[in-house]
Amino acid sequence: MKIEETNSAKTYMNPYLAGFLLGLVLLATIYITGRGLGASGAIKSAVVATVETVAPQHAQNTAFYKNFDNEHPEGPWKNFLVFEVVGVLVGAFFSGIIANRVSLKLEKGPRVTNLTRVIAASLGGAFFGYGSQLGRGCTSGSALSGMAVLSLGGILTMLAIFGAAYALAFFFRKLWLK
Amino acid sequence: MGPLVPFIVSEELSLVIAFFLGIGFGFTLEQAGFSSTKKLVGLFYGYDFTVLRVFFTAGITAMAGVLLMGHYGILDLSIIYVNPTFLNSALLGGAVMGAGFIIGGFCPGTSVCALAVGKMDALAFLVGAFLGVLAFTESFPLVEELYMANNLGQIRISEYFGISNIAFGFMLAGMAIAAFVATWFIENKVNKRETGISATLRNKYALSAAALFVVLGVVAFLPGKEDIINRKIAEAKRQQTCVFKEIAADKLADQIVSKYYTLNVIDVRPTEKFEEFHLPFAINIPFDKLMDRQ
Repeated sequence: MKIEETNSAKTYMNPYLAGFLLGLVLLATIYITGRGLGASGAIKSAVVATVETVAPQHAQNTAFYKNFDNEHPEGPWKNFLVFEVVGVLVGAFFSGIIANRVSLKLEKGPRVTNLTRVIAASLGGAFFGYGSQLGRGCTSGSALSGMAVLSLGGILTMLAIFGAAYALAFFFRKLWLK
Repeated sequence: MGPLVPFIVSEELSLVIAFFLGIGFGFTLEQAGFSSTKKLVGLFYGYDFTVLRVFFTAGITAMAGVLLMGHYGILDLSIIYVNPTFLNSALLGGAVMGAGFIIGGFCPGTSVCALAVGKMDALAFLVGAFLGVLAFTESFPLVEELYMANNLGQIRISEYFGISNIAFGFMLAGMAIAAFVATWFIENKVNKRETGISATLRNKYALSAAALFVVLGVVAFLPGKEDIINRKIAEAKRQQTCVFKEIAADKLADQIVSKYYTLNVIDVRPTEKFEEFHLPFAINIPFDKLMDRQ
């Protein structure tokens, strides 16, 4: 399996060094805020904000959105995770610029068409989005941050994510392998 | 003493800090190669274990840091957020996410990074994730029972197995290093190559691993803040520089029962602990507020 890269793109950082730096960012987050990093929470904020804007009547009559508003009296946008994810966009873009990796591109396995990739990515995203709400956080918020504070639930979710992905890898190999 | 929010850093300022922490998060994820879907799924086909390396190293680093800061009283481990454990939804939600990972090739955080460097498949993933979350919020009454089932509360894995945090820390660190070594061999085998490792790099890895165990060892074997305080109290008692009057529990109980009107029992624990249980007629003044006279 060859990973295609343009000649000018810099190689990736040593994974252990990157992991160490990521760990320090996570540690700083826990020290400052008392809780870890996340990503899916920001998507949830976007969903709630959208529903409240597009269908305010529906949002007012549905227990889930009412509970969310009670728990987040400042509104869905004024949220730690939303600001953090905006930072992720900026930070990743900055990293991409200095490593010369920014370009419009559709990355996919060697045997699939663009359309298949877009459908699979959306479908996978839908699964991940749904699962992240059921599991109270995604790879960042539940698995990684959970591991840092030794949360039983976080570590179980991590095992379930990677376990299921390994178990299903064989069935979806045509999406990724030659 | 950490965490700094909400007493030292305000909620408003924490949003600004969130942005900068996010920059650090996104930058390192992208530097590690997590903006590439092929690199991410490589983990599941054995040709690229970068995800495991970065993920485990980050988790272990943060965990060791949390334990160390807790040991020296820099971070109050009793109030930091421990993700609550709802057994059924944690496992089922995780499995659904795993399916999403192998089909979509991203997880939410990495898709944001990939979008930042212009990956259009990441945009599709995020649109899908938005719809997936929407499906959940809309169908919440249907899954509420499953979502709330088997609630074990904010439990740590160490508590669950009845071992100390640091004992589990050692186990996790050992597992991570074993996984790093094993996956190196698997990766070579799958890619049909014989990559050697330079002596300097090997030494660096060995030093880093040793540093990790030194940190864990400090937490396990050197006296922490609490031990130091207890020792100081014991020392003051021995030298009688400070007068302590101790009272046996049953004697105190007897005195409370027989002449409670002459006794003031001041409970200096935090208010939450006080509300959980307290002695009859005790007055709660948390320790840190003991000195500000109202």
